[in-house]
Amino acid sequence: MPTNTLNGRTFQVDAEGFLTRRDEWSEDLAALLGLDLDEAHLAPLRFMRQDSAVTGVTPTLRRMQTVGGFGVKDLFTLYPGKPAKKMAWLAGLPKPVGCV
Amino acid sequence: MRTLLILGAGTAGTMAANHLRKVLGDDWSITVVDRDTDHHYQPGYLFVPFWMEPGRVVRDRRPLLAEGVTFVEGRVALVHAERSEVGRADGTGMTYDWLIIASGTRPDPTMVEGMAEALARREDVHDFYTLEGATALRERLRTFEAGRLLVHVSEMPIKCPVAPLEFAFLVEDHYRRRGLRHKVDITFVTPLDGAFTKPVAAGELGGLLKDRSIRLAADFAVERVDGEAGTLVAYDGRELPFDLLVTVPPNVGQQFVVDSGLGNDAGFVPVDKHTLRSVEHERIFVLGDASDIPISKAGSVAHFATESFIDNFLAAVEDRRLPNSFDGHANCFVESGRGQAMLLDFNYDTEPLQGAYPLPAVGPMRLLRPSRVNHLGKLAFEQIYWRMLLPGHRLPVPNEMSMAGKRRPKE
Repeated sequence: MPTNTLNGRTFQVDAEGFLTRRDEWSEDLAALLGLDLDEAHLAPLRFMRQDSAVTGVTPTLRRMQTVGGFGVKDLFTLYPGKPAKKMAWLAGLPKPVGCV
Repeated sequence: MRTLLILGAGTAGTMAANHLRKVLGDDWSITVVDRDTDHHYQPGYLFVPFWMEPGRVVRDRRPLLAEGVTFVEGRVALVHAERSEVGRADGTGMTYDWLIIASGTRPDPTMVEGMAEALARREDVHDFYTLEGATALRERLRTFEAGRLLVHVSEMPIKCPVAPLEFAFLVEDHYRRRGLRHKVDITFVTPLDGAFTKPVAAGELGGLLKDRSIRLAADFAVERVDGEAGTLVAYDGRELPFDLLVTVPPNVGQQFVVDSGLGNDAGFVPVDKHTLRSVEHERIFVLGDASDIPISKAGSVAHFATESFIDNFLAAVEDRRLPNSFDGHANCFVESGRGQAMLLDFNYDTEPLQGAYPLPAVGPMRLLRPSRVNHLGKLAFEQIYWRMLLPGHRLPVPNEMSMAGKRRPKE
């Protein structure tokens, strides 16, 4: 299993760099992975962590909106381009996948 | 007399009723409720736009239920779990000792701006997740001979997540056979980051779309369908013009599940993923697409999960510990066009891998590789479904996923 090291911290990742171990994540690691994460950026990541701890899967953008209260438009502003994938990566969660 | 009530006479509900009728004694009544008497072989929806006669996928539900199972035609309005009662739309009520929710999932195009209106016109925007939709699309494909065709998935989860990909391969084949392929530009549009997202499948099959000259628009989070302009618009500003859009609307649970307060935000009932027992109500189990288990919504999952569930149900009613732990096992045939199909076999923890199935090395089916025998397997399954699966005969394949015959990629 490949690992990644940032500022002396080592953690396990998959072939695309997504964290594979839930317990190796923390908010300061997310800050290392990303840019300057302010409250607005961190809030959806926190929701994703809490939600996935219960459901076992990375929440969809729709669920971020209906349950988390984050507007999809706003998420695209915070994380331009591919918010679902970027946020999953920063939150240390698996990227959204199909069955094959 | 103890009463088991089953909501839904589709794949899961019919299988559960027939299996349980064999093992529950005369002191149990089993009643199945559904809103109509038509059982649909839903895998057939994929073929209806191309060659399967629409009438072939429909049979009367009632003869499919074992003797000793009561069928009630009626629309469920509310489940009152706290008093073990189900209210019907006509105002009548039914009480139960144990409840199985097997009400499936349904496409809801109203969740994407402009989609429901565009679909209703049945002109340039179609779907194939209902029999009416698949039948209308059949007519449209006959007259559509040139232009931009989008095969589109709105969001996950959807029923049978590979079906849109299969449709893309089949529609490509359809136009190739008609000699019109060069006039039809096909794009597969997905909210995921690729057509294949699991590593092994992506490695083995990633080039399949390219080989067939099907374009890919990935990471496409749809914001709206503009039926007038003929464009599909994403939140990131991308606009894809189309002459024919074949879309899969968002899939949600049934309205009575939502109205009863039993569902999550998408209307699926939260359950323990290994026992399929409702996390809130211990006298409710949820089989098939209606639950929130983190695996494909598919008849195959309903099949393996229901067989695992039977012994658990017998234990639950006697207040014993539940003996079986469902592993999320599913296998499915994936049409890849050109008279071939792939076969997938996977569970909660193991992604689809290459190998042979059901016998190691021998097969005869090949996993994750297009082959003729897999395609014939898919066609043969229609008869297996009606004659073996629904009546509750166990198929000669293991219920739990097996690693025998599978190859893990080298790290």
